[in-house]
Amino acid sequence: MKLKELSRINNFYHDDKVIDACSIFGMMDTSGNRFSGKPVVEAIANMHVRGNGLGGGFAIYGLYPEYANYYAFHIMYLSREGQAKVEDFLRHKFHVIDAKEVPTKPTPGIVNPPLVWRYFLEVKVEESNGQSEGDYVVDRVMEINTKMEEAFVFSSGKNMAVFKGVGYPEEIAEYFCLEQYEGYLWTAHGRFPTNTPGWWGGAHPFNILDWTVIHNGEISSYGINRRYLEQFGYNCTMQTDTEVVAYVVDLLIRRHGLPVEIVAKILAPPFWSYIERCSPKEQKLFRTLRQVYGSLLLNGPFTVIIAHQGEMIGLTDRIRLRPLTVGVKESVLYLSSEESAIRLVSPDLDRAWIPMGGEPIVGSLGKPLKPEKASVAEIKSVRKC
Amino acid sequence: MKTYLPPKFIVERDDSRCIRCEVCVNQCTFDVHSYDTEDAELKSHEENCVGCHRCVVFCPTEALTIRGNPLDYRENYNWRPEVIEDIIKQSETGGVLLTGMGNDKSYRIYWDHLVLNASQVTNPSIDPLREPMELSTYLGQKPDRVEFGSHGLTTELPPQVKLEVPVMFSAMSYGAVSLNVQESLARAATEMGTLWNTGEGGLHPKLYKYGDNTIVQVASGRFGVHPEYLNVAKVVEIKIGQGAKPGIGGHLPGEKVSAEVSSTRMIPKGTDALSPAPQHDIYSIEDLAQLVYALKEATNYTKPVAVKIAAVHNSAAIASGMVRAGADIIVLDGLRGSTGAAPKIIRDNVGIPIELALASVDDRLRQEGIRNQASVVIAGGIRNSGDVAKAIALGADAIYIGTAALVALGCTLCQQCHTGKCAWGICTTDPWLTKRVNPDIGARRLSNLLRGWSLELKDILGGMGINALESLRGNRLHLRGVGLTDTELEILGVRMAGS
Repeated sequence: MKLKELSRINNFYHDDKVIDACSIFGMMDTSGNRFSGKPVVEAIANMHVRGNGLGGGFAIYGLYPEYANYYAFHIMYLSREGQAKVEDFLRHKFHVIDAKEVPTKPTPGIVNPPLVWRYFLEVKVEESNGQSEGDYVVDRVMEINTKMEEAFVFSSGKNMAVFKGVGYPEEIAEYFCLEQYEGYLWTAHGRFPTNTPGWWGGAHPFNILDWTVIHNGEISSYGINRRYLEQFGYNCTMQTDTEVVAYVVDLLIRRHGLPVEIVAKILAPPFWSYIERCSPKEQKLFRTLRQVYGSLLLNGPFTVIIAHQGEMIGLTDRIRLRPLTVGVKESVLYLSSEESAIRLVSPDLDRAWIPMGGEPIVGSLGKPLKPEKASVAEIKSVRKC
Repeated sequence: MKTYLPPKFIVERDDSRCIRCEVCVNQCTFDVHSYDTEDAELKSHEENCVGCHRCVVFCPTEALTIRGNPLDYRENYNWRPEVIEDIIKQSETGGVLLTGMGNDKSYRIYWDHLVLNASQVTNPSIDPLREPMELSTYLGQKPDRVEFGSHGLTTELPPQVKLEVPVMFSAMSYGAVSLNVQESLARAATEMGTLWNTGEGGLHPKLYKYGDNTIVQVASGRFGVHPEYLNVAKVVEIKIGQGAKPGIGGHLPGEKVSAEVSSTRMIPKGTDALSPAPQHDIYSIEDLAQLVYALKEATNYTKPVAVKIAAVHNSAAIASGMVRAGADIIVLDGLRGSTGAAPKIIRDNVGIPIELALASVDDRLRQEGIRNQASVVIAGGIRNSGDVAKAIALGADAIYIGTAALVALGCTLCQQCHTGKCAWGICTTDPWLTKRVNPDIGARRLSNLLRGWSLELKDILGGMGINALESLRGNRLHLRGVGLTDTELEILGVRMAGS
């Protein structure tokens, strides 16, 4: 089967990579309470000017508790023929438990939306040839994305989904009727691409299995990050930094089994001068990580919010060239490009601070929020006007 | 036989400036200048002049100018003066023409057709005067992943060697260059946190104290190789080939084998030191694996073993075999790699440009998923920090410099290395001449060079918005080609400027 030119669609002018800047927001209730997307949409809309209307999106975890054991596929179609072919393929490779169109409503600002359908799927074990379930699902998603015309998988994890498209994030929220959904973890993204006309599949969050990435930055090490990942069989068809982050996380966490804190030290490693001041044990650890994974250092400005089932991680590059503010209110963790967006929806925070560059902020389900190690600035109080 | 060779250079002496101090007479090792006591006048034998500029630099009154002899043969693109004169030389000697330094022909220098990137607007450049900028590099084999046990990290890496600056001094053997030159290199490498390379002539006892910054070479002659030599070093390098003379062995004439050279090389004084063309215990890749592991055994697996080859047509396949044979570091020496002596016809015609070899080797090792198993070091004509940055972006872990280091010590590329008469005291073992390189000053000049390049590399990185060298390594998106064909761009893995 001929490969479809995903890179041509997403990277219209065939630049080195798709360059964009953004607003990002994440909100997680670590006690597991599900909440509606209203504050998330309000917060991301407050950072309207950080985007340019060419991409907005949301990831929601704890979304489909009634189907929690099934892979929830959200698939975008540009035509009914595309849909028919993909559905054939799905029926062949999976047990389709349920299939429905994702509800939408006409929204000013949203033009030419694609069809978006949701499927709850179970892996056909007899088709998987002994492959692990995760690898099987990843391969099938890649197959749809790279080989099947007029279709693209938005998300493919369990008990979660991605809603995204071309428009401002608040418009995307309205279009997909997000006010009717609940989850315990939401991430949101408003996009400002500089070199793409905008394509629904190119909006954030990026997803593979239940991992999502939203990203604000331009990674200057992209060329080598990508070449390194190619050695491990990842094809960066979308030609975006964000895709690289998603694959790095997949390689390091899912395939190499590394804990999140270690992954943060690979993506944004401490400087050699800092390493030399560490204890011998830490020195060895940090040195080994840089020696082995030097090609995965994400160099250049970035802030990412990475999420998967039960966990939300915020991270900036090691010299913090893109903003990230953290807020905590009881069991709720907020991550945002701008503090104002957090204050808007939660004026009375327990704490708010700007973490050090390269210092991961991790919120885990059922675990109390740990005090951070170091911060650039602690924001004690806000002057009331 | 009357020679038909005309002088290459014209010596102009400004008599109104000349003070008859005879510095030129004493400095010239080619007997160009002589003092006529009767006429109280300095005379020139221009036919001997090699254009090394020693007299010009040391004349206290700047009375001397050396100019190329314009020598207007009838214009002929095919029968250029060099071609004609090589024939004259051979018809008068009947021998193989020898020369020194690297290929000086007009093959395309790809560095000059590659340009670097910088950040504008969408990401910030980083100011190296205000922000940390990291050039540290570790050479050696790396695993594909790390592993953790219940008590933390369980992965133990094979031996790694740290470089503070990704530029090392290339192999130049004792005998080819003087001990003072080697001491200058060793001290500069130590000061700057990099490595120098003994070449194939053994390691003089005086230099053992610089062992932590020394690469010792094991070449086809096995000169000066013994357990202590191997174990004092940081890296052991097997030399298969050299860019200036791929497929050709070495020949240190007996006249250069002084008592000191003799004891260091472990050969009788005054005998020719002949390095065979191949290593006679390596006729195939499995033989290389045996030598690699013999050296690892001899050093108890504490040091990376490098294998150096000349860049030739099948470098990519050969390099892949070298990695599979256990080499921790691959060294590629390109078409412009230098030498103390080589047949001119070989130097000028054999091998491929290092840029192309590097690009294809790095690609091949990645395609085969074994790039992490070895570091890639290149050599051969690297002139400045711009070349270094481009080489790293193409995929090199580190760079060797030979000629650039010698230029820092005074070399002007007069290409007379093979004569043993180096007026700058670099490529000679004549005790009267070797004194001309003072290791105190030599080490300072070399350290200054590396310091200058480090600062420039940091500027280059910062401009790209990168603060660690590993983010440039193999990052070909930071390169663009200018004036290259599609095939050249494809092999280099680089896009055309503007695209």
